[in-house]
Amino acid sequence: MGLEGNYKGIMVYSEDIDTLFELISKSRELANQIQTDVSAILLGDRIEIIPNELAAYGVDKVYMVENPQLKGLIAEACAESISIIINRVKPEALFIGATKRGKELAPKIAEKLKTGCVSECVSLDIDKAKRDFIMKRIIFGGKVVSTHTIVKRPIIATIPPRIFEKKRIEGRAAQVIKIDLEIPSSKFEILEVKNKVVSGKKIEEASIVICGGRGLKQKEDFKLLDELANVLKGQVGCTRPIAADRGWFTEWIGLSGKKIKPNLYITVGISGAIQHVAGVRGAKVIVSINKDPEAPIFSESDYGIVGDLYKVIPALIEHLKKIK
Amino acid sequence: MKIVVCAKYALDVAELKISSGKPVLEGARRKVSDIDKNAVEAAISIKEKYGGIIKVLCFGPISAKEGLKELLAMGADEAYLIEDPSEGMLDTAATVEALALAIQKMDGFDLILCGEATIDGYTSQVGPRLAERLKVPQITYVRSIKIDGNNVIAERDLEDVYQTVKVPMPLLITVTREINTPRIPNLMAILKASKKPITIWKIEDLGLSKDKLEQISSLHTLSLEGFTVERKRIIIKDKPVDEAVQELISYLLKEKVLGV
Ligand SMILES: Cc1cc2nc3c(=O)[nH]c(=O)nc-3n(C[C@H](O)[C@H](O)[C@H](O)COP(=O)(O)OP(=O)(O)OC[C@H]3O[C@@H](n4cnc5c(N)ncnc54)[C@H](O)[C@@H]3O)c2cc1C
Repeated sequence: MGLEGNYKGIMVYSEDIDTLFELISKSRELANQIQTDVSAILLGDRIEIIPNELAAYGVDKVYMVENPQLKGLIAEACAESISIIINRVKPEALFIGATKRGKELAPKIAEKLKTGCVSECVSLDIDKAKRDFIMKRIIFGGKVVSTHTIVKRPIIATIPPRIFEKKRIEGRAAQVIKIDLEIPSSKFEILEVKNKVVSGKKIEEASIVICGGRGLKQKEDFKLLDELANVLKGQVGCTRPIAADRGWFTEWIGLSGKKIKPNLYITVGISGAIQHVAGVRGAKVIVSINKDPEAPIFSESDYGIVGDLYKVIPALIEHLKKIK
Repeated sequence: MKIVVCAKYALDVAELKISSGKPVLEGARRKVSDIDKNAVEAAISIKEKYGGIIKVLCFGPISAKEGLKELLAMGADEAYLIEDPSEGMLDTAATVEALALAIQKMDGFDLILCGEATIDGYTSQVGPRLAERLKVPQITYVRSIKIDGNNVIAERDLEDVYQTVKVPMPLLITVTREINTPRIPNLMAILKASKKPITIWKIEDLGLSKDKLEQISSLHTLSLEGFTVERKRIIIKDKPVDEAVQELISYLLKEKVLGV
């Protein structure tokens, strides 16, 4: 393969439509720097997205594969389709949304194409002179930022939702290219899909987040946090054991969960494990309430109260009500 | 049932020090990546029900033997260590090449188990890449496994849904933390494990060379910078609750983060 090959253009894929728009917007910006085009891939057994919707974010070409084998977007079938398109179009970069589905898809494609892949990039730049992509990600439990480049083409990177902003551009149209593919039938059979109950507003968008940990003894106790959230007009989140082990919530905050950057982040009964803190590195102010003065969370906080949450939170609610 | 578990002897990130803005990697403490222990535990519960043999496989430094001993003590039957000639500088493509060739040297497999990600690099790439390299199906983010004849029935944790799937073996599974609680081996188990075999392979034993792996590894690292966020660390203690809360609120008003 090598750099000298005729790989040109940036290609994006995400099954999550908002993430797709974000990737297109960012790719448009990069593509303008190196005067190349942006293409997007749409996959499914029935595609409901109107390709021109994508044009509004700056895409030049949309490759569409509608095929019964793509029902349920099984990784094998998606990887097969995307690899075939890449071998035909030969883009220099492929960006995939780092949802769980995207994160299992990207390395498969990278392995098929024998190229490199950077997971969960938080920044993407181009070295114009070398026409190289410079990618940053956060590693070692949030303690280190690493900067990478890939010396083969195409480069592959996954990018988490909401890292880049989607920007509409008026008056653009995209060329739509329908592709017929032979996709081998899969041995992967989906028996059942259970929806998770999702709480209304997205926690990533809240400017105040109150997060509960194992210091809260029972599910009902989260009502305390709901009340505090009501007064502050914030959202309530939790640590991984609360969601994944106890099942009281469907999502958690941290390295393996949601990464958020609220203005104010209040931890309640959270010890401050590195994997949790990794998800809130970008918070402006962190406040912690924990009964253990030695809890590691205090060294990751701007303000803290050492005390029993069952006493501190009601008092906090009462005093906040006075000023609100 | 022939089960292979891939385990990384990862950097113990909680212990990792940052000095002058750089991570101190030399002599940094290592341990078996947490989620890989969940994979070993999952293998043990499958073996307990259906019989079989569990091989653990690691691509890493020679010191990884310590980690492998722990996995043998948990209940794995055999351990294999491929010595990484690069001090961890190779990418997932090279790691997977070594793992795949090692697995092909073994006498087949029904199941390969990996953790959903490792605690240090957290790329989530090795499982899917390895499945692709060995041309077997993958089931990722698994939080429960059942065996039904020649099929695996697994529940996956995706963002918005839990998905139950059925896939015939051989195949590769990546597990989540929630699938189980890895056992902590007792002294008896540790003593017994000292008799279990650890095979050490050099990459040349797999028909590889350092050059070849470097050629496969196309991801280059330009820099590693400590990511520190300085926090104010103003901690209020030994004060009556009302006083503590009022003090906190006055700080937060000054910070203008209360939305008032
Ligand atoms: C690879 C990996 C990825 C992970 N990813 C994540 C992730 O994304 N997010 C995440 O959250 N975790 C993650 N974890 C788990 C993480 O390591 C911790 O186990 C977890 O964050 C601990 O949750 P906790 O703070 O709620 O519970 P604990 O650690 O049990 O802490 C409870 C705290 O509550 C305090 N407390 C108890 N009672 C009271 C009271 N009455 N009043 C005040 N304080 C009280 C205690 O002093 C203690 O500090 C991950 C782990 C691994 C290995």
